[in-house]
Amino acid sequence: MADEAGRNLRSLTLHVPEPKFRPGDAVSFDDMVFPEAGSVARPSVDADPATMRDLPFTLIRVLDKDGKAVGPWNPRLPVERVKRILRGMMLTRAYDDRMFRAQRQGKTSFYMKCTGEEAVAIGAVEALHRDDMCFPSYRQQGLLIGRDWPLVDMMCQVYSNAGDRLKGRQLPIMYSAKEAGFFSISGNLATQYPQAVGWAMASAAKGDTRIAVSWVGEGSTAEGDFHAACTFASVYRAPVILNVVNNQWAISSFAGFAGGESTTFAARGLGYGIAALRIDGNDPLAVFAATEWAAERARTNAGPTLIEHFTYRVEAHSTSDDPSAYRSAEEAKNFPLGDPIERLKQHLIGLGEWDEASHDALQAELTDMVRDAGREAEKLGVLSGTGFVHSFETMFEDVFAEMPAHIKEQSEQMAEERRAAGV
Amino acid sequence: MNMIQAINSAMDVAMERDSGVMVMGEDVGYFGGVFRATAGLQKKYGKTRVFDAPINECGIIGVAVGMAAYGLRPVPEIQFADYIYPGMDQLISEAARLRYRSAGEFTCPITVRSPFGGGIFGGQTHSQSPEGIFTHVAGLKTVIPSNPYDAKGLLIAAIEDPDPVIFFEPKRIYNGPFDGHYDRPVQPWSKHASSEVPEGHYTVPLGKAAVVREGEAVTILSYGTMVHVALGVVAENGIDAEVIDLRTLLPLDIETIAASVEKTGRCVIVHEATRTSGFGAELSAQVQERCFHVLEAPIERVTGWDTPYPHSLEWAYFPGPVRLGEALKRVMKD
Repeated sequence: MADEAGRNLRSLTLHVPEPKFRPGDAVSFDDMVFPEAGSVARPSVDADPATMRDLPFTLIRVLDKDGKAVGPWNPRLPVERVKRILRGMMLTRAYDDRMFRAQRQGKTSFYMKCTGEEAVAIGAVEALHRDDMCFPSYRQQGLLIGRDWPLVDMMCQVYSNAGDRLKGRQLPIMYSAKEAGFFSISGNLATQYPQAVGWAMASAAKGDTRIAVSWVGEGSTAEGDFHAACTFASVYRAPVILNVVNNQWAISSFAGFAGGESTTFAARGLGYGIAALRIDGNDPLAVFAATEWAAERARTNAGPTLIEHFTYRVEAHSTSDDPSAYRSAEEAKNFPLGDPIERLKQHLIGLGEWDEASHDALQAELTDMVRDAGREAEKLGVLSGTGFVHSFETMFEDVFAEMPAHIKEQSEQMAEERRAAGV
Repeated sequence: MNMIQAINSAMDVAMERDSGVMVMGEDVGYFGGVFRATAGLQKKYGKTRVFDAPINECGIIGVAVGMAAYGLRPVPEIQFADYIYPGMDQLISEAARLRYRSAGEFTCPITVRSPFGGGIFGGQTHSQSPEGIFTHVAGLKTVIPSNPYDAKGLLIAAIEDPDPVIFFEPKRIYNGPFDGHYDRPVQPWSKHASSEVPEGHYTVPLGKAAVVREGEAVTILSYGTMVHVALGVVAENGIDAEVIDLRTLLPLDIETIAASVEKTGRCVIVHEATRTSGFGAELSAQVQERCFHVLEAPIERVTGWDTPYPHSLEWAYFPGPVRLGEALKRVMKD
């Protein structure tokens, strides 16, 4: 073919990315070289993005290998706040463990854990104001937990039971909690990104002081909405923080399929003229510090920030997924940035503010707390067994503010059919 | 007022009354819109309430959804309905479902304005009528005015409505009613009764059709430009047709429609959009379900052909007086 025109051209080849390790492969992350904790400079919050072009290609880290908080990004948090972050991460993990088991026990249809990524949500929410608006993806349950939202309420949503404020309409984990500044989760990926920008634009247009914050996974950065959000955020200098949680995997596709082989996800921000940080997502203090920096930037009308949280999705994508079918089980164990809970624990121990005994005691306390919440939630029903707890007519409500005639008619038709069929 | 002026006036009135009303879209700010629908608004209300947007429909709708979640009432414009598709995920998956999926915690009172319809030699991407895609989405209201008075009243009602509204403006009749006779000069709106438009606030309720001509022989269901084509044909052929302008496609005023067909026993549906799975199919099904026993002839649909909208063959495509006239003859035969 190539020679058909007598031009002796070389055949083109198509590059299809391939992850380094597949099931059964020995894993070595030796080629992943990270900057030392404390080695990245911290620009002023109003710095011009053009002066920070190195930041998307490095990794901001606060906790060093001994668990000491070092460098200009060290947020120097009072120890009580560090403990609060530790507690939030531990509670998130305890919650995940219980709800995962509940799914395996058939009490609900579906669940998604955030194991290994607890710092991403808890570190961030600790740095935000309570009334800043979060536009999360489905793996930021830590935001609700970090804002002390009742676990029972979250569980009721997962069970679609009588206590579910969403009336059994939404798939488990698609929470909505306006009071907690937690926007309704959608199954459609990245749609919340431009919405967060719009919310931030509204806040700015109204002379409000609140900012918006959104999260997508690295896989979803490939969606057109990501581009839309970055463009609008840049054009209108929206007071928004755009987080990319790079956990290396989008279900079975490694980050290379979202363009991660060629550059970093933080670097996407550069092209839009958006300040961009790339941080150690398993370092809760780095997450806090970066979020605090970006929030301050937004609050002072200095513009939006894109933050790539470099982390690892330790467990399956969801309860419907089996990662042993596409990646090496060794990856999670060997991931060089470790575990966020373990790292903060060591930090506190190093400060002389924590020890194994207090950690175990807290662990036991949180496990009991989740268990008690679980029992309370289950009293209101679980999806199996007591399922269908919401009356049938509620299915037709809230499509519109006022139910139009054709929907009323369908509601009546359903009732009539069930009566006629005797069910 | 002509239709453009009426639409402009509606936004002006809505913005004056509610500081949450925001207008945004491509070229809508300084320039005042490619059809002049937003002329003068930025000057009057400032750049933070009326502003130009990047060429990104997904962003325009997505940002509007976020603004609505904040508590504002955005009125985004999509320059041509043919270009609404990049914003479809935000409309279908987000705007339409926000109230439902959050059980009322978050709502989306946006009004998406967009010029639609053919008859202007707009070719494939400046002529489409995609209303049937939106009426198929639970949670969206779809509104199409046919004259300046209704355009203003319906647009104000849409902006004040607590739910997302798709507001399609038949651009063929922006400057004057068009009866389908493309070879005759077009009359300006000033010679039409519906160009009497009050300056201040009024609404035309969503979900209510208008009987624009009473008749006994056959019911013609129409909206947008086709209302004028229908009226023209009826006048020319001396048929005593009842012409209904639906105005709102969803929620549909089926009561008015059914009452008319009960009276006439015959029904012709006319729209510019392509036939298969178009809104006419829904109308036909509903009329058949409700009026089966009075129907004296099969329900006819006069629509665009199932092809992309052609450029040079526009008048063979457009369901004009010839095609509607033939359909009326067929349905009146027995």
